Amino acid sequence: MVEDSDFEPYIVCFACNWCTYTGSDQAGVSRMQRPADVRIIRLMCSGRMEPRYAIEALKNGADGVIIGACHLGDCHYLEGNEKAVRRFSVINSFMEQYGMNPKRFQFWHISASEGAEFTEHIKEYVAELKKIGPNPRKHIAAKEFKKLEEVVI
Amino acid sequence: MSLEKPKPRVAVYICHCGKNIADVIDMDEITEYAKHIPNVVSAKNYKFMCSNAGQDLIAEDLKSGKIDRVVVAACSPLMHEETYRRVLRENNFNEFFFEQANIREHASWVNLRDHKGAMDIAKDHVKMAVAKVSNDRPLIRQKVKVTQEALIVGAGITGMFAALDLANKYKVHLVERTPTIGGHMAQLDKTFPTMDCSACITTPKMVEVGRHPNINLLTYSEIENVDLNVGNFEVQVRKKSRRINHLICTGCGTCGEVCPITVPNEFDYNMGYRRAAYVPFPQAIPAQYTIDIKNCIECKLCVDACEVNAIDFNQEDEIIDLKVGSIIIATGNDIFDPSTLYCYGYQKYKNVLIAIEMERLLSSTGPTLGKVIKPSDHKTPKRIGFLQCVGSRDFHEGTHKYCSRVCCMYAIKQARQFKEKYPDSEVFIFYIDMRTFGKGYEEFYEIAAREYGINFIRGRIGDVFENNDGSLIIRGSDTLLAEKYEIEVDMLILSTAIEARKDADEVSRFFGVQFSEDGFFMEAHPKLKPVDSLSTGIFIAGTCQAPRDIPDAVAQAKAAASSADNFMFSGEVEIEPYYSMVQPEICSGCRSCVQLCPYDAISFDETTNTADINAIKCKGCGVCVASCPSNAIIQNHFTRNQILSEVRALKPWENYIKEN
Repeated sequence: MVEDSDFEPYIVCFACNWCTYTGSDQAGVSRMQRPADVRIIRLMCSGRMEPRYAIEALKNGADGVIIGACHLGDCHYLEGNEKAVRRFSVINSFMEQYGMNPKRFQFWHISASEGAEFTEHIKEYVAELKKIGPNPRKHIAAKEFKKLEEVVI
Repeated sequence: MSLEKPKPRVAVYICHCGKNIADVIDMDEITEYAKHIPNVVSAKNYKFMCSNAGQDLIAEDLKSGKIDRVVVAACSPLMHEETYRRVLRENNFNEFFFEQANIREHASWVNLRDHKGAMDIAKDHVKMAVAKVSNDRPLIRQKVKVTQEALIVGAGITGMFAALDLANKYKVHLVERTPTIGGHMAQLDKTFPTMDCSACITTPKMVEVGRHPNINLLTYSEIENVDLNVGNFEVQVRKKSRRINHLICTGCGTCGEVCPITVPNEFDYNMGYRRAAYVPFPQAIPAQYTIDIKNCIECKLCVDACEVNAIDFNQEDEIIDLKVGSIIIATGNDIFDPSTLYCYGYQKYKNVLIAIEMERLLSSTGPTLGKVIKPSDHKTPKRIGFLQCVGSRDFHEGTHKYCSRVCCMYAIKQARQFKEKYPDSEVFIFYIDMRTFGKGYEEFYEIAAREYGINFIRGRIGDVFENNDGSLIIRGSDTLLAEKYEIEVDMLILSTAIEARKDADEVSRFFGVQFSEDGFFMEAHPKLKPVDSLSTGIFIAGTCQAPRDIPDAVAQAKAAASSADNFMFSGEVEIEPYYSMVQPEICSGCRSCVQLCPYDAISFDETTNTADINAIKCKGCGVCVASCPSNAIIQNHFTRNQILSEVRALKPWENYIKEN
C-alpha cells in the first residue's frame, strides 16, 4: 500500500487571510502550476487555528495539514502568528501519540508576496508525502464517515 | 415543532469567468455535482457572475423566496466578496449569509493542465463553502466614527500633492524624516520630457505646503508607534531635536557660517559639502537650520553667533500624539547601489558615476554649479557613456527583475542636457531596450537620436577597464550588428534602478501593509484598487508602491487623496463584524484570554467572574477563541462549528478508496 505510485496526497491548508491566502491568490494570478492536492480553508489569522482542526482533518484521512502564517513580526494582528507558533510547537510531540507521522503536520510562514515559495513548498511537500504514503486512517475514516453535522452556532 | 432549526436553503452559482474557469473545469459536471450537496436547493452556472446580469440572477432567486443563503464559486473572496454581499443587502437579506468558493486562483489557474485535479479541488471548495454557509449566522456591521484628520507619511512630490489636495477639506499632518520636504524631485535639475526646471515646479509647491493653514508640517520627524484602530488611528510621532528653536530661527545662516565642521552633503549625493549646522539646500522648506548632532563637536560657536538666541543644545526629542482618520503612505524609494556589480567599476574607478550624481553635476544649484567635470582631474569630459538597466531587469543576486521605468528617459534627458552644454562632445547610450512609454516620451527619444546625434548602442557592457589617465575602456557586444565593440569614454554613468526603501519593513510593520514580491508595498488590487492597501483607511501612493515617474506619482497622490477623502467624508466607517464574544454561562473565569489579546479588548468582570470582549476594540484575530480551554468564546463568521463543518465536508479517502 505504501508503494502505491499513483497515490495523490490530500492536503488541507489552513491559511491566514492576510498572508498565505493572499500569497496563494498571487500564485494563481501568476499561473504558477502546482500539484492539484491542496484545499485551502480561510481563517482570519493563524492564531485562530485550533489543534483540533488539524487533528480532525487527519482523523478524516487527510494526508497532510498545512498552517500558513505570516512571517514572525509581520502579523496583521500584531502577534497572532507568534501565539500560533507556540501553540503548534507542542502538536508535533502529540502527533506520534496519535499514531501519525509528525511530517503530516506543517507550519509554514508564507507572506502575501510569496506565491512562488508557496508553490515550491507544496511541490516538495507532495513529493515527501508520496514517500511517506497515504494516511493509514483512510479506511477507518471511510467507514466512520457520518453525514455532515448540522450544528447550531 | 417550531423549535427545530429551519433547514438552510442554499443556492450555488458557478462562474465561468469567461474562459478562466470554464476552460479547465467542466461547468455542467460541477453544477450537477453541486445540486447533490446537502442543503443545496439550486445550482446554476453563468458566464460572469460579477456582471450585472449575474448579480440579477442571484437577486431574482432571492426575491422568489426559494433560497436564503448564497454560495458563489468564482474568484478569490478578496476580489468580489463585497460585490455579492451587496446583492444580498440590496434584497433585504443579511449579507453574511454568503460564502465565496475560490475555484479560480486556488483551482483552475494553478492546475491549467490537470483538469481532473482542478475539478476535485473545485468540488471540495464548493462543498466547504456550502457547509460553511449553512452554519452562517446573521451579523450586523458596526459603525465607527471617523476622525476628520489625515496623516501623510513622506513629503516628496507624492506626499506634498496628496497633502495639498486633502488640506482643503481636512486637517493634514505631513510627516517627513529629513529636515526638508521635497524628496527626490528637489534633487533633480530638469524633468523629462518637457525639460522644465525641476526646482521651478517643486519649490512653489513646497512653499504652498509650508504655508497652508491646514497642513501641520512635521519635518525631521519619524513615526514612533501606530495604533491601528480603523478610522481612528492613534499615531505617535517623534519630532527629533534640531537643537534650534524653530519658532525663533529666522534662517539667516550665521550658524552655518561659523560652524567649523564640514561633512558630505547628502542632498548633493555626498559630492558637495555642508556644515554641521545646515539647511540641505537653499530653497528648503522649512527654511530653518538644523544641527546635525552626529557630526557636531559642540564647540557652541553657533550659540554665540546666533543673534536671536534660537540655538538650544538642551532641546530634546518631542513625542507628538495624533489621532487621524486615514493614512497615506508615500515613503518613496531608494536608489540601487551598484558597487556590488564589480564589472562596472563603480567606486573602483573614479570616473564611473551613478545617474543621481550626474544629475547633481548637471544641476545649476549642484556642487559644480552646473559644470560637468570628471572626478579624476576635474576637467570636462569629451566622451561619455550611459549604461542602462543597472540593477533592474537583471537576474543576478542582489539586483532586481523588474523594469525601473524611468531610467531610459532620464538617461536620454541627461544625454541631451550634456549635449546642449557641450555640443562637441560624443555621447553613447548602451541599452537593452529603450522603453519610452509615456506621453511625449517617444518623440523625446526620436529627437535625441536624430537631432542631438546621441549614439544608441544595443547591448549591455561586458567589462569596464581604466586607463592610466582615468579614461575608461568599455567592452561589450552590439546585439544589432552582432559584433563586439570597444569604446573609450571619459566618464561612464550608470542608470541605476529604483528600489524599495531599506527600512520599508519597519513601515510595513507599523501600518500593517503587505509587500509585493519586488519589495515594494502591495496594493489591494493591481488594477481596481491601485492606491488602497489591504488595511481599511490606509492608502499607498508614489514610488513606495512601484517604480514610477513624476506624472504617475502625482496622479497616484491625487488618487490616494481622493480615496482618503472618500473614506473620511461620510464620517463613519463600517467594520467587519468578525469580533469575538464570550458566552458568560460557559466562561470559567480562567483569564487565559485576557493576557493574550494584543488589543486589550478583553476585560475581566470580577462580579460575575467572567471575561468580556469589547466589540469595538476587537479586531477579530481569534487568538482568544483558540486559546479558551472551555470553548466559551465564539468568533463571528469563523465559529468553531463553521470551521469544523468545512473540515468535515472533505472526504480525503474518497478517491483513494475508489482506486483500491
